[in-house]
Amino acid sequence: MSAPSLLWRGAALVLLLLFITAPQLFAFAFEPLTVNGAPAIYNQGSLLSLTLSHLRIVFLATLASTILALGLGIFVTRPSGREFLPLSRSLVNIGQTFPPVAVLAIAVPLVGFGEKPTFIALFLYGLLPIFENTLTGLMEVSPQTLDAAKGMGMNPRQRLFQVELPLALPVILAGIRLSVIISLGTATIGSTVAAKGLGEVIIAGLQSNNVAFVLQGGLVVALLAVLIHDGLGMAERRVSAKLGRAADEVS
Amino acid sequence: MSSLRSSLSLDRLGSVIAVLIGAALFASPFVIYRANRIVAGEGRMLADALPPSGSVGVMVLALAVAGCAALVRAPLIRLAAASIGLCAIFPAVGWSAGFITPPGNTFARVSPALGFWLLALAFALLAADALTRLRLSPWARLAALAVAAGAVALLLVSGAWNDLSLLKEYAGRADTFWREARQHLWLAFGSMAAACLVGLPLGILGHRVPRLRNAILQVLNVVQTVPSIALFGILIAPLGYLAAHVPLAAALGIRGIGAAPAFIALFLYSLLPVVANTVTGLRQVPAAVIDAARGMGLSARQRLWQVELPLAPPVILTGIRIVLVQNLGLATVAALIGGGGFGTFVFQGIGQTAIDLVLLGAIPTVALSFAAAIILDAIIDLTRRGSP
Repeated sequence: MSAPSLLWRGAALVLLLLFITAPQLFAFAFEPLTVNGAPAIYNQGSLLSLTLSHLRIVFLATLASTILALGLGIFVTRPSGREFLPLSRSLVNIGQTFPPVAVLAIAVPLVGFGEKPTFIALFLYGLLPIFENTLTGLMEVSPQTLDAAKGMGMNPRQRLFQVELPLALPVILAGIRLSVIISLGTATIGSTVAAKGLGEVIIAGLQSNNVAFVLQGGLVVALLAVLIHDGLGMAERRVSAKLGRAADEVS
Repeated sequence: MSSLRSSLSLDRLGSVIAVLIGAALFASPFVIYRANRIVAGEGRMLADALPPSGSVGVMVLALAVAGCAALVRAPLIRLAAASIGLCAIFPAVGWSAGFITPPGNTFARVSPALGFWLLALAFALLAADALTRLRLSPWARLAALAVAAGAVALLLVSGAWNDLSLLKEYAGRADTFWREARQHLWLAFGSMAAACLVGLPLGILGHRVPRLRNAILQVLNVVQTVPSIALFGILIAPLGYLAAHVPLAAALGIRGIGAAPAFIALFLYSLLPVVANTVTGLRQVPAAVIDAARGMGLSARQRLWQVELPLAPPVILTGIRIVLVQNLGLATVAALIGGGGFGTFVFQGIGQTAIDLVLLGAIPTVALSFAAAIILDAIIDLTRRGSP
């Protein structure tokens, strides 16, 4: 990564941290947007705690979907699960035509308001990219490589953990990154069903017709998403480099 | 091929589906009855949901499908079984609604319950598996979609579902429904068209000027990363300013909240897939072909129009498929900022905890993205086949 782009990201990170910890410092920038003396900075909760609960639910949901998606992806590519492979590929295709909002909305009447429906929506929707990329990664391992591993006397378990998974890892990580980014957005919408998160700021702004709230909520979520996307991308390149593969090959 | 053997050995996937059908029939209510729109409901098992002949009929049929799923491997037979199952339960749930609702009672609501959804899921899984294994041609897939759409339309028009809660929600807001439907389609397709108008030339430019390509793609990548509601929020500020200070903008209907920021946000999201796929589509033309064209004395402009662009459609269409499915889903969020669309019902329904209202917004959205994905996949396959 070039020096100027690193500098940009560093500046964005500092700005973000400064804003969520001491938002009042920036009040002057948002004041022109308010009318009738409305507050310029979100005052119904600390931005820091909203950011933390936002990140917590995204992290927990992604962790859960990674475990299940990885397990399923490994299962359907083993001989014992082959019969499920064609169906699971079409299910991933069909599942991705479901908008995350629909999943969220349908979960509410079933489990009530709050974090639960948001978690369910994030978890279910997060499964798809990870599962798809696990399948792609595992199926892209060339038969010659597997034959060579077999020839070296590796048993199926060793082949999986020492050959297939390491080779598929960069693609799987790309799936996890995609899933995290979708979850960050869906968690924002989760605030409409009373999950604690940064969407609250935007929704509060929309309800009280306060553009300053809407803008600062939008900017914090946007910066957060862009920085996390970048950070995970860097981690991916690190991993691929360690595995001796050029990053361009997998992206 | 194992599918041709159609031996009587147990099929793993089929067994899972059979278990699902069993759980749906014997352990889950088929429909939910509620005395009015928002009170908690009570489940009715299949046996109590239909007159005896009906419930026995549905049960026998569903068990037959379960047996078929577990034992028969030929995809065509499994597809037929799944279709018969779906053709039985979909009218049955409407019939059940009419049967359970006390005569003359206009407040009572009947909606499909877990058992119905599990049956529908099991049959749909069986059908999806069979269709995947059959590897249908693009035209056959389009025909299958048309048959399914026709069947649903028939159920809706015939009034077989009129006693269901979902359609009662619709009956109360038929006008709004079609207005929001038009708005939803306009948001999704309009922003896609705008993105094509801007994105295709941008992609061609990026193809010609590599330095520009990286810059464009990087900026669009960042835009794509921004969550939808955040982007809506960020756009509200400048658009509101524009509306307040530029009379022409206000006259054109541009306001801080409403359809304008939603349209622009969808447009911005659509640019990345269109531009990136145009660049990829143009780049994947083999170097030998370009050399041959150059050797024939074609100028750079002629090469673009006569060689590179005609070969690129499948990849560009893939980008458009991504855009369309993404836009149809994201347009739901537009309702949060007053942009209309099916999201209006979804968020109203969330506010009232009325699941049927949520479904009234969610089902058409899902159906539209699903149909768009199938249709565009078929078109992509057809253009692939057309070009060598």
